[in-house]
Amino acid sequence: MNFRNSAPFIIPGLVLIFLIGLFARGLFLDPTRVKSPLIGKPAPKFSLPGLYDPTQRFDQSLLQGKVSLFNVWGAWCVACQEEHPVLVAFAQRKVLPIYGLDYHDDRQAALDMLHKDGDPYTQILDDATGDVAINWGVYGAPETFLIDKQGVIRDKIIGPLTPDIIDKQLMPEIQKLQVEAP
Amino acid sequence: MRRLLVGLSLLLMAGTALAIDSEPPFSDPALQARYTELTHELRCLVCQDETIADSNADLAADFRRQIHDMVAAGKSDADIKAYMVQRYGDFVLYKPPVESSTALLWAGPFVLMLVALGVVALIVRKRARQSGEGNP
Repeated sequence: MNFRNSAPFIIPGLVLIFLIGLFARGLFLDPTRVKSPLIGKPAPKFSLPGLYDPTQRFDQSLLQGKVSLFNVWGAWCVACQEEHPVLVAFAQRKVLPIYGLDYHDDRQAALDMLHKDGDPYTQILDDATGDVAINWGVYGAPETFLIDKQGVIRDKIIGPLTPDIIDKQLMPEIQKLQVEAP
Repeated sequence: MRRLLVGLSLLLMAGTALAIDSEPPFSDPALQARYTELTHELRCLVCQDETIADSNADLAADFRRQIHDMVAAGKSDADIKAYMVQRYGDFVLYKPPVESSTALLWAGPFVLMLVALGVVALIVRKRARQSGEGNP
Protein backbone atom coordinates (compact mmCIF):
# COMPACT_ATOMS: atom_id res chain seq x y z
CA MET A 1 0.00 0.00 0.00
CA ASN A 2 1.80 3.14 -1.14
CA PHE A 3 0.95 6.76 -0.32
CA ARG A 4 -0.99 7.30 -3.58
CA ASN A 5 -3.45 4.57 -2.71
CA SER A 6 -3.77 5.31 0.99
CA ALA A 7 -4.01 9.11 0.65
CA PRO A 8 -7.80 9.09 0.15
CA PHE A 9 -8.06 7.45 3.60
CA ILE A 10 -5.28 9.17 5.50
CA ILE A 11 -6.04 12.78 4.50
CA PRO A 12 -9.73 12.83 5.47
CA GLY A 13 -8.76 11.00 8.67
CA LEU A 14 -6.24 13.71 9.55
CA VAL A 15 -8.76 16.44 8.74
CA LEU A 16 -11.32 14.71 10.95
CA ILE A 17 -8.87 14.45 13.86
CA PHE A 18 -7.97 18.14 13.46
CA LEU A 19 -11.63 19.17 13.46
CA ILE A 20 -12.42 17.02 16.50
CA GLY A 21 -9.52 18.70 18.32
CA LEU A 22 -10.75 22.16 17.31
CA PHE A 23 -14.33 21.53 18.41
CA ALA A 24 -13.22 19.86 21.65
CA ARG A 25 -11.28 23.02 22.51
CA GLY A 26 -14.28 25.15 21.54
CA LEU A 27 -16.48 23.15 23.89
CA PHE A 28 -14.36 24.14 26.86
CA LEU A 29 -14.03 27.80 25.95
CA ASP A 30 -16.54 30.15 27.54
CA PRO A 31 -16.91 33.22 25.34
CA THR A 32 -18.39 35.19 28.24
CA ARG A 33 -15.16 34.79 30.21
CA VAL A 34 -13.19 37.12 27.99
CA LYS A 35 -11.30 39.76 29.93
CA SER A 36 -13.40 42.84 30.47
CA PRO A 37 -12.55 45.62 28.01
CA LEU A 38 -12.79 47.97 31.00
CA ILE A 39 -9.59 46.60 32.59
CA GLY A 40 -7.00 49.37 32.58
CA LYS A 41 -9.67 52.05 32.31
CA PRO A 42 -10.96 54.39 35.04
CA ALA A 43 -14.02 53.12 36.88
CA PRO A 44 -17.16 54.30 35.03
CA LYS A 45 -18.90 57.32 36.50
CA PHE A 46 -21.96 56.87 38.67
CA SER A 47 -24.13 58.70 41.13
CA LEU A 48 -26.12 56.42 43.39
CA PRO A 49 -27.87 56.47 46.75
CA GLY A 50 -26.49 54.46 49.64
CA LEU A 51 -28.34 51.28 50.51
CA TYR A 52 -28.60 52.06 54.23
CA ASP A 53 -29.32 55.75 53.84
CA PRO A 54 -30.98 56.55 50.48
CA THR A 55 -30.61 60.29 51.10
CA GLN A 56 -26.83 59.92 50.90
CA ARG A 57 -25.32 59.92 47.38
CA PHE A 58 -22.02 58.52 46.22
CA ASP A 59 -20.00 58.86 43.03
CA GLN A 60 -16.85 57.29 41.53
CA SER A 61 -14.59 59.42 43.79
CA LEU A 62 -15.52 56.88 46.49
CA LEU A 63 -13.14 54.47 44.73
CA GLN A 64 -10.12 56.74 44.78
CA GLY A 65 -7.18 56.89 47.15
CA LYS A 66 -7.14 53.25 48.24
CA VAL A 67 -6.93 49.87 46.53
CA SER A 68 -10.45 48.47 46.81
CA LEU A 69 -12.85 45.79 45.65
CA PHE A 70 -16.14 46.66 43.96
CA ASN A 71 -18.50 43.73 44.33
CA VAL A 72 -21.75 43.45 42.36
CA TRP A 73 -24.33 41.40 44.25
CA GLY A 74 -28.00 41.01 45.06
CA ALA A 75 -30.03 39.22 47.70
CA TRP A 76 -31.94 37.47 44.88
CA CYS A 77 -28.75 35.96 43.49
CA VAL A 78 -27.99 32.42 44.67
CA ALA A 79 -24.32 32.56 43.74
CA CYS A 80 -24.01 35.79 45.79
CA GLN A 81 -25.46 34.06 48.84
CA GLU A 82 -22.86 31.37 48.33
CA GLU A 83 -20.13 34.02 48.03
CA HIS A 84 -21.34 36.05 51.01
CA PRO A 85 -19.58 34.17 53.86
CA VAL A 86 -16.32 34.24 51.86
CA LEU A 87 -16.61 38.04 51.61
CA VAL A 88 -17.49 38.37 55.29
CA ALA A 89 -14.40 36.35 56.25
CA PHE A 90 -12.21 38.36 53.86
CA ALA A 91 -13.53 41.66 55.25
CA GLN A 92 -12.49 40.56 58.74
CA ARG A 93 -8.89 40.40 57.53
CA LYS A 94 -9.14 44.18 56.88
CA VAL A 95 -6.95 44.01 53.77
CA LEU A 96 -8.85 46.66 51.82
CA PRO A 97 -12.26 48.34 51.62
CA ILE A 98 -14.95 46.30 49.84
CA TYR A 99 -17.64 48.36 48.15
CA GLY A 100 -20.93 46.71 47.23
CA LEU A 101 -23.22 47.45 44.30
CA ASP A 102 -26.63 46.10 45.19
CA TYR A 103 -27.80 45.18 41.71
CA HIS A 104 -31.46 45.08 40.64
CA ASP A 105 -32.49 44.30 44.17
CA ASP A 106 -35.32 44.78 46.56
CA ARG A 107 -33.84 47.13 49.18
CA GLN A 108 -35.53 45.41 52.11
CA ALA A 109 -34.42 41.94 50.95
CA ALA A 110 -30.83 43.20 50.73
CA LEU A 111 -30.99 44.77 54.21
CA ASP A 112 -32.47 41.56 55.64
CA MET A 113 -29.71 39.45 54.12
CA LEU A 114 -26.98 41.73 55.53
CA HIS A 115 -28.64 41.78 58.94
CA LYS A 116 -28.87 37.99 59.02
CA ASP A 117 -25.56 36.96 57.43
CA GLY A 118 -23.30 39.91 58.22
CA ASP A 119 -22.16 42.92 56.22
CA PRO A 120 -18.69 42.72 54.65
CA TYR A 121 -19.04 46.06 52.86
CA THR A 122 -17.42 49.40 53.67
CA GLN A 123 -20.23 51.10 51.75
CA ILE A 124 -23.11 49.80 49.62
CA LEU A 125 -24.67 51.56 46.63
CA ASP A 126 -28.22 50.88 45.56
CA ASP A 127 -28.47 50.28 41.78
CA ALA A 128 -32.17 49.47 41.66
CA THR A 129 -32.54 49.98 37.88
CA GLY A 130 -29.33 48.16 36.89
CA ASP A 131 -28.17 51.10 34.74
CA VAL A 132 -24.90 51.55 36.60
CA ALA A 133 -24.21 47.82 36.28
CA ILE A 134 -24.55 48.04 32.47
CA ASN A 135 -22.18 50.99 32.49
CA TRP A 136 -19.70 48.73 34.31
CA GLY A 137 -20.18 45.94 31.73
CA VAL A 138 -21.82 43.63 34.26
CA TYR A 139 -23.32 40.37 32.92
CA GLY A 140 -24.79 39.08 36.13
CA ALA A 141 -24.05 38.94 39.81
CA PRO A 142 -21.70 38.27 41.41
CA GLU A 143 -18.86 40.10 39.72
CA THR A 144 -15.92 41.66 41.49
CA PHE A 145 -13.69 44.47 40.22
CA LEU A 146 -10.26 45.22 41.63
CA ILE A 147 -9.69 48.99 41.69
CA ASP A 148 -6.32 50.67 42.19
CA LYS A 149 -5.54 53.86 44.12
CA GLN A 150 -6.25 56.06 41.09
CA GLY A 151 -9.69 54.51 40.70
CA VAL A 152 -8.63 52.45 37.66
CA ILE A 153 -10.08 48.95 37.12
CA ARG A 154 -7.21 46.44 37.27
CA ASP A 155 -8.98 43.09 37.26
CA LYS A 156 -12.43 41.58 37.18
CA ILE A 157 -13.65 38.26 38.52
CA ILE A 158 -16.88 36.86 37.12
CA GLY A 159 -18.73 34.50 39.43
CA PRO A 160 -18.46 33.98 43.18
CA LEU A 161 -15.17 34.66 44.94
CA THR A 162 -13.71 31.64 46.68
CA PRO A 163 -10.94 31.50 49.33
CA ASP A 164 -8.76 30.07 46.57
CA ILE A 165 -9.38 32.97 44.16
CA ILE A 166 -8.79 35.48 46.98
CA ASP A 167 -5.51 33.96 48.15
CA LYS A 168 -4.01 32.82 44.85
CA GLN A 169 -5.26 35.48 42.42
CA LEU A 170 -6.41 38.60 44.25
CA MET A 171 -4.00 38.85 47.20
CA PRO A 172 -0.81 38.97 45.07
CA GLU A 173 -2.41 41.65 42.88
CA ILE A 174 -3.68 43.65 45.87
CA GLN A 175 -0.27 43.58 47.56
CA LYS A 176 1.40 44.79 44.37
CA LEU A 177 -1.11 47.63 43.92
CA GLN A 178 -0.95 48.67 47.57
CA VAL A 179 2.76 49.48 47.37
CA GLU A 180 2.23 51.63 44.25
CA ALA A 181 2.40 55.39 44.76
CA PRO A 182 -1.04 56.92 45.31
CA MET B 1 -66.86 38.49 7.05
CA ARG B 2 -67.06 41.28 9.61
CA ARG B 3 -66.80 38.74 12.40
CA LEU B 4 -63.78 37.16 10.73
CA LEU B 5 -62.04 40.55 10.51
CA VAL B 6 -62.72 41.28 14.18
CA GLY B 7 -61.41 37.84 15.07
CA LEU B 8 -58.29 38.36 13.00
CA SER B 9 -57.54 41.77 14.50
CA LEU B 10 -57.99 40.35 18.00
CA LEU B 11 -55.54 37.61 17.07
CA LEU B 12 -53.04 40.22 15.90
CA MET B 13 -53.38 42.09 19.19
CA ALA B 14 -52.70 38.89 21.09
CA GLY B 15 -49.24 38.94 19.51
CA THR B 16 -48.40 42.33 20.99
CA ALA B 17 -49.72 41.26 24.37
CA LEU B 18 -47.29 38.34 24.31
CA ALA B 19 -44.34 40.46 23.20
CA ILE B 20 -41.34 40.42 25.51
CA ASP B 21 -40.42 44.03 24.89
CA SER B 22 -42.18 46.34 27.32
CA GLU B 23 -40.56 49.55 26.06
CA PRO B 24 -43.07 52.10 24.76
CA PRO B 25 -42.95 52.32 20.94
CA PHE B 26 -41.47 55.43 19.33
CA SER B 27 -43.91 57.77 17.62
CA ASP B 28 -41.36 58.24 14.83
CA PRO B 29 -41.26 55.04 12.71
CA ALA B 30 -37.65 55.74 11.67
CA LEU B 31 -36.53 55.70 15.30
CA GLN B 32 -38.59 52.58 15.94
CA ALA B 33 -36.90 50.85 12.99
CA ARG B 34 -33.45 51.77 14.32
CA TYR B 35 -34.39 50.57 17.80
CA THR B 36 -35.65 47.26 16.38
CA GLU B 37 -32.51 46.77 14.30
CA LEU B 38 -30.15 47.57 17.19
CA THR B 39 -31.90 45.23 19.60
CA HIS B 40 -31.65 42.47 16.98
CA GLU B 41 -27.91 43.02 16.46
CA LEU B 42 -26.86 42.93 20.09
CA ARG B 43 -26.44 39.76 22.08
CA CYS B 44 -28.11 39.07 25.38
CA LEU B 45 -24.98 38.02 27.23
CA VAL B 46 -26.55 35.93 29.96
CA CYS B 47 -28.77 33.86 27.70
CA GLN B 48 -27.17 31.52 25.21
CA ASP B 49 -27.56 32.92 21.72
CA GLU B 50 -30.53 35.20 22.00
CA THR B 51 -30.67 38.77 20.86
CA ILE B 52 -31.58 41.62 23.18
CA ALA B 53 -34.90 41.81 21.35
CA ASP B 54 -35.78 38.14 21.90
CA SER B 55 -34.71 37.65 25.46
CA ASN B 56 -36.79 37.62 28.58
CA ALA B 57 -33.79 38.08 30.90
CA ASP B 58 -33.58 41.08 33.22
CA LEU B 59 -30.29 42.12 31.67
CA ALA B 60 -31.87 42.19 28.20
CA ALA B 61 -34.72 44.33 29.50
CA ASP B 62 -32.16 46.76 30.96
CA PHE B 63 -30.32 46.80 27.62
CA ARG B 64 -33.56 47.54 25.78
CA ARG B 65 -34.31 50.41 28.13
CA GLN B 66 -30.83 51.88 27.66
CA ILE B 67 -30.94 51.48 23.87
CA HIS B 68 -34.41 53.03 23.83
CA ASP B 69 -33.17 56.01 25.84
CA MET B 70 -30.05 56.44 23.70
CA VAL B 71 -32.04 56.30 20.44
CA ALA B 72 -34.49 58.83 21.91
CA ALA B 73 -31.56 61.04 22.98
CA GLY B 74 -30.41 61.21 19.35
CA LYS B 75 -27.33 58.93 19.58
CA SER B 76 -26.24 57.31 16.32
CA ASP B 77 -26.24 53.53 15.76
CA ALA B 78 -22.43 53.58 15.76
CA ASP B 79 -22.38 55.45 19.12
CA ILE B 80 -24.74 52.94 20.69
CA LYS B 81 -22.83 49.90 19.44
CA ALA B 82 -19.53 51.48 20.51
CA TYR B 83 -20.98 52.09 23.98
CA MET B 84 -21.84 48.40 24.31
CA VAL B 85 -18.56 47.12 22.81
CA GLN B 86 -16.52 49.35 25.16
CA ARG B 87 -18.23 47.68 28.11
CA TYR B 88 -18.87 44.13 26.95
CA GLY B 89 -16.35 43.55 24.15
CA ASP B 90 -17.01 42.38 20.58
CA PHE B 91 -18.94 39.37 21.87
CA VAL B 92 -21.95 41.63 22.40
CA LEU B 93 -22.22 42.09 18.62
CA TYR B 94 -23.89 39.29 16.68
CA LYS B 95 -21.78 40.21 13.66
CA PRO B 96 -18.15 40.28 14.82
CA PRO B 97 -15.94 42.95 13.21
CA VAL B 98 -13.16 41.93 10.80
CA GLU B 99 -9.85 42.03 12.68
CA SER B 100 -6.83 39.75 13.08
CA SER B 101 -8.46 37.51 15.70
CA THR B 102 -11.57 37.01 13.56
CA ALA B 103 -9.83 36.79 10.17
CA LEU B 104 -10.14 32.99 10.11
CA LEU B 105 -13.84 33.27 10.86
CA TRP B 106 -14.46 35.58 7.93
CA ALA B 107 -12.02 34.02 5.46
CA GLY B 108 -12.50 30.39 6.54
CA PRO B 109 -15.49 29.54 4.33
CA PHE B 110 -13.74 30.94 1.24
CA VAL B 111 -10.51 29.08 2.06
CA LEU B 112 -12.47 25.84 2.48
CA MET B 113 -14.24 26.44 -0.83
CA LEU B 114 -10.88 26.95 -2.61
CA VAL B 115 -9.53 23.73 -1.07
CA ALA B 116 -12.66 21.83 -2.15
CA LEU B 117 -12.41 23.24 -5.69
CA GLY B 118 -8.73 22.20 -5.79
CA VAL B 119 -9.61 18.65 -4.73
CA VAL B 120 -12.37 18.44 -7.36
CA ALA B 121 -9.97 19.71 -10.05
CA LEU B 122 -7.38 17.07 -9.04
CA ILE B 123 -9.94 14.26 -9.17
CA VAL B 124 -11.32 15.41 -12.52
CA ARG B 125 -7.81 15.58 -14.00
CA LYS B 126 -6.92 12.15 -12.63
CA ARG B 127 -10.10 10.61 -14.05
CA ALA B 128 -9.54 12.30 -17.41
CA ARG B 129 -6.02 10.87 -17.51
CA GLN B 130 -7.26 7.37 -16.53
CA SER B 131 -10.01 7.35 -19.14
CA GLY B 132 -7.41 8.61 -21.63
CA GLU B 133 -5.21 5.60 -20.76
CA GLY B 134 -8.18 3.26 -21.15
CA ASN B 135 -8.82 4.40 -24.72
CA PRO B 136 -5.63 4.39 -26.70
